[in-house]
Amino acid sequence: MIAIETNAADRRTDPLTINCALVEPLLVGFVRSEVRRVGFKKAVFGLSGGIDSTLSAYIAVKALGPENVCGIRMPYSTSSNETMDHGELVAQELGIRMMTISIADQVDAYFSHFPDASRLRRANKMSRERMTILYDQSAAQDALVIGTSNKTELLIGYGTIHGDMASALNPIGDLYKTQVRALSAHMGVPAAIIEKNPTADLWVGQTDEAELGFTYAEVDRLLARLIDERARPDELIADGFESAFVSRIGRLIQTSHYKRRLPLIAKISNRTIELDFRYARDWGT
Amino acid sequence: MPFPERPTTVPFPRAPFHAAVAQVEPTLGNLKANLAIHLDAIESARNDGVDLLVFPELSLTGYYLKDQVAEVAEPRNGPLARAIHEAAGTMAVVYGFVEESPTARFYNAAAFRDNQGDVSFVHRKVYLPTYGMFDEARYFAAGSRIRAFDTRFGRLGLLICEDAWHLSCGVILQADGIDVLIIVANSPGRGVHEEQLGSRRSWELVTRTYATFLNVPVIFANRVGFEDGVNFWGGSAIVGAGGSWLAQAPEFDVTRISAVLDPRDTRRERILAPLHRDERVHLTLEELDRIRHDSYRDERR
Repeated sequence: MIAIETNAADRRTDPLTINCALVEPLLVGFVRSEVRRVGFKKAVFGLSGGIDSTLSAYIAVKALGPENVCGIRMPYSTSSNETMDHGELVAQELGIRMMTISIADQVDAYFSHFPDASRLRRANKMSRERMTILYDQSAAQDALVIGTSNKTELLIGYGTIHGDMASALNPIGDLYKTQVRALSAHMGVPAAIIEKNPTADLWVGQTDEAELGFTYAEVDRLLARLIDERARPDELIADGFESAFVSRIGRLIQTSHYKRRLPLIAKISNRTIELDFRYARDWGT
Repeated sequence: MPFPERPTTVPFPRAPFHAAVAQVEPTLGNLKANLAIHLDAIESARNDGVDLLVFPELSLTGYYLKDQVAEVAEPRNGPLARAIHEAAGTMAVVYGFVEESPTARFYNAAAFRDNQGDVSFVHRKVYLPTYGMFDEARYFAAGSRIRAFDTRFGRLGLLICEDAWHLSCGVILQADGIDVLIIVANSPGRGVHEEQLGSRRSWELVTRTYATFLNVPVIFANRVGFEDGVNFWGGSAIVGAGGSWLAQAPEFDVTRISAVLDPRDTRRERILAPLHRDERVHLTLEELDRIRHDSYRDERR
């Protein structure tokens, strides 16, 4: 458990505190159950060398065994050496198969038609190229794609729809970044990966926190109060959060909600998918 | 005025019996697979001399059925019920299923079946959780009865999951003279902030509270496995009449737990703390009636 400070008068638990010894078997059991019940044994994932994909890999290996997990490095020409090295470190530590497939050719071929494309377009394109490779390898290897998006980035929409947000199942999507760090330490992820500055590495020198303009520690405290404890904005401001920060995060959550939902379907029948044709995905399994 | 003792048809004194919980992992909406799980568990329990085997809520169907509710439903004496009845032999069984009524209402139901004495009782879940992660009232009709029933094990009460979160259900069953309370559940595991899973802490509180305050042993049957990312944590338990743990299942594993429930232990607890004897049911009724009367009067204002 993360140590928390409480005084005698206030025994409320820090909402970001997790008991890793409880969480680990839940997430391992989730991956094992959801992979095997649909007839698969294996998993593939994008091996970025970052903490999120590394933690997902540690969980998947515990669930399925190292021989059934394959990490795929998918560098672009601007990808950092550290990204590549940390990917290799994870693969070695876990004893899993590692593949390296460059996305430079297809990304460059596409943007040769659009040389003025913005950095954001290029970043999203790279993310989606990686998704197509993971889904092709999913078919090639009879393996499900393991997701690596955490709750923080899912909630604020810091991800590419149909890109890094795409997966068959995501063991870490209900863990804030702060909790990802705690569980990573608990499961033995190398310290170099836990301690480095988070980056999507989509352009040289990119870091998540510089791009977002706030730290994960700050936004996680806010999100845990707002989402998990249903605190109202005036309560958050009374907690000491800046009003502008509270508003900004609220807007990010709302305007990115489309990324967390299936495409809208125009209703004309009595049984429209999602609205009144409702089955669990695990239907029959 | 003390509440009169309810006359019972159960022989007295009663013998100790071997109660067990089958902590199973149903597949979602696959009746054939789930019947096979039941038949296996029944056979193995019979071989081990179990007298009463309890399966969790919706054990024949799985939980997040949504639109499957109507597709997996059967009348209370349908083919699945008959198959279980036949397999049970001389053992009594409690299992969960979706009951379809003659007027096409669908109930989240639990059945007690015992070939000895040909006893059959069905409880329809009264309190359908429809908040947060739950959506039961969208798909199920709510039951409208909380009733105890006589068996060779004594007078039993049967509640389904959320029913037990309404203390009135326990109060009614105590007044109805139960000797043993059975709670079948599909409790999702959540709450990972403290030493124990939040769901486990809650259910330990519920089961021990009922056992202590109603003066009855409690059999708690929960399932395991995952459905759409939701885990069911297991932790089935058998609690003695004073609130002591007689058996506890591990979390997450398919298993069977069992304990001998001895009516003499319950008797001892009732001598030690005769809470059920002293319960002033008439007072409760009068006060509830006053509250009902007051609230109607307020509504008229």
